[in-house]
Amino acid sequence: MPPAPTPAHLTEKAASAAVASAPRHAAPAPAPRRARTWRLVTPWLFLLAPLALLITFTYAPIANMVAYSFTDWDGVSPELHYTGVENYTEIFTREDLFQVFFVSGYYLVASAIQIVAALYFATILSFDVRLRNFFKGVLFFPSLVNGVAIAFVFLYFFQDGGTFDTVLGLFGYHTDHAWLGTPASANVSLAGVSVWRYLGMNFVLFLGAIQSIPGELYEASALDGANRWHQFRHIILPGIKPVLTLTVILSVSGSLSAFEIPYIMTGGATGTETFVIQTVKLAFQFNKTGLASAAAVVLLLIILLVTWVQRRLVPDERVDLV
Amino acid sequence: MNRRTVLALTAGAALLLAGCTGTRGSAKGADAEAPDDPSKVSGTITVLTVRTDLVQDGTMKKYAAEFNRTYPKVKVEFQALTNYEAEIKIRMNTEDYGDVLLIPGVIEKDDYPKFFASLGTQEERGKKYRFTDFTTVDGKVYGQTPNGVMPGFVYNKRVWREAGITDWPTTPDEFLAGLKAIKAKTDAIPYYTNFAAQWPLTSWTFVNGSVGCDPGATTKLAEGDPWADGSDLRVGDTLLYDIVHEGLAEKDPTTSNWEESKPRTAKGEIATQWLGTWAIIQFQDAARKAGVNPDDIGFMPFPAQVDGTFCATVGPDYNQAVNVHSRHKEAARAWIDWFTDRSGYDRDNLAISPLKDAPMPEVLKPYEDEGVKLIELDDSAGGRVKLIDNESEVGINKPEYRQDLVDLARGARKGSLDDFLAGLGEKWTDTRKNVGD
Repeated sequence: MPPAPTPAHLTEKAASAAVASAPRHAAPAPAPRRARTWRLVTPWLFLLAPLALLITFTYAPIANMVAYSFTDWDGVSPELHYTGVENYTEIFTREDLFQVFFVSGYYLVASAIQIVAALYFATILSFDVRLRNFFKGVLFFPSLVNGVAIAFVFLYFFQDGGTFDTVLGLFGYHTDHAWLGTPASANVSLAGVSVWRYLGMNFVLFLGAIQSIPGELYEASALDGANRWHQFRHIILPGIKPVLTLTVILSVSGSLSAFEIPYIMTGGATGTETFVIQTVKLAFQFNKTGLASAAAVVLLLIILLVTWVQRRLVPDERVDLV
Repeated sequence: MNRRTVLALTAGAALLLAGCTGTRGSAKGADAEAPDDPSKVSGTITVLTVRTDLVQDGTMKKYAAEFNRTYPKVKVEFQALTNYEAEIKIRMNTEDYGDVLLIPGVIEKDDYPKFFASLGTQEERGKKYRFTDFTTVDGKVYGQTPNGVMPGFVYNKRVWREAGITDWPTTPDEFLAGLKAIKAKTDAIPYYTNFAAQWPLTSWTFVNGSVGCDPGATTKLAEGDPWADGSDLRVGDTLLYDIVHEGLAEKDPTTSNWEESKPRTAKGEIATQWLGTWAIIQFQDAARKAGVNPDDIGFMPFPAQVDGTFCATVGPDYNQAVNVHSRHKEAARAWIDWFTDRSGYDRDNLAISPLKDAPMPEVLKPYEDEGVKLIELDDSAGGRVKLIDNESEVGINKPEYRQDLVDLARGARKGSLDDFLAGLGEKWTDTRKNVGD
């Protein structure tokens, strides 16, 4: 906890007390009761605003959602009935609700590619290369565009005779392939878009971590005859391990809850439905808000579980390079 | 107990309290009476609408100004919602959802009295207005549509003529032959699914009633298998399947574009789309903007005849209703009455009037010439159909199953049409038995 700022009138008292007690070298007398109460209350007063916001806008809605997951609410009717764990039983007994997780596989593979690529570019651009700031900008740029715009841009990109076909045509490769036409092709295309979108974010995280590694280490290792690969393997990789673990966790949870890009581009058609799209459809198309809330809770638990397993497999050690 | 435990417990209790806040208690039953003296009724009313375009270009303001000639003390404000169904559903959890709104699809019919003020008895309103039973609960009417709609094919007359077809096809096979002729003789795309926009596919459900010319078609859905042999939906879905399967639809449906499809149809790049009468004016506007002849836009019924005549179903568009919590129910009621009877909104949109004694719009002249029989579906089982539809997650009014159908037809999904429709029918009938009423 950061030290609590002391109100002005206390500071004066404390100062005079310090002057008075200094020659005696005795332990400072316990502060008067009122001062102690203040000291206890002050940090909470400061926390009041953020806590109120946090509880109102984060925890209360989640608690509400959990409560709805035990009801048959349709999202608008004034009447709702408590149904116990019926929604959860339904989720775990209907295999069609879980089949959509296969789609997450595409996004998982994509995140692996994304992390490797981001790491590669971050490493290269952390060394002295020409135009490095320009390339940093190029890589980070997609993160600045909002997801909806990206989805629309890529809808045109993948259109029949659209940008992608034109570009391929320039290289003499004329194709008649409908990029969003079959489940496999559509999912690969969508996962590709998501790599393009999130690569920059990972890249910046990695770059920041790499740049916080002291420069002397490279010099010292170079004197010892280490090449770039050795430097990467023995200095950079261990140096950025916490950030790497974090990125992997975020990518896995992101793949399980992929939503924005597939929802806008295909709406979940042609086998591109993810778990979150399915949840939204349950809630807003079929008016099963109770069931959808339960699905959302299940997804939350799955992600927590995956994170926990991951942390057990790769414990977060303190890194000390020097 | 240490401090952290206390904190955790307090937070937990607060969350539980928050969790228990369900939905508010509801007002039940109220009437929105028509005002006796137009000059006395006053107040500011908020009217919710889906017509973003009309609010933006000032057309709605013109209607309001016209309305104020009769009701000088009522101030009308408009709110256009772009994603109406999703937004209104959330707003209706509060009491603040405008004074006049459109009845959203999500509200169950039995819940109408909890959300809307009654406009009168069906007995009385049914004499003057069409479609009253779509919003009637226990003999009272809760909504009034400003215009009727009729599903049908919007087509480019010139393209069909160039392909050598001047008479409307009378069977699905003739229709397919027509599309094939278009493919062979012209450059146009014979049929456009609008797969990516999703909702245009949903309108294929409105073939229900047209095929068998049966006003009780909705009740049949609630009581049987909608995809039984020879049933309306099966005939419609089979036609859609065949169109796509035989390559008569656009090459890549997944990247189709609704806004672009309007001028393209007007220009003759697209020959046909299954939509409704509401679309005609939009396509004619698109034609004017593209500098081509708006009279090329034609409208034809589903290719099926009973005893030698075509059949078309006429139904209500969104129904306007008065918020039961509104503080200016009289003013709100005045707006609905005026907008329905006297605004000319139906004529401006080339739509069918909700008034029983009004003539058909000019664009439907060919229908009169051909002697197309217009029927109104009985909607008394409409609530039950919706319930079965949601419970079974079949979604006859949702885009997903038709998207699957199109995927199936173009080979992006494995299986046969028969198995697919049988699967839907099984889901439907199983749920139907479980949903008691």
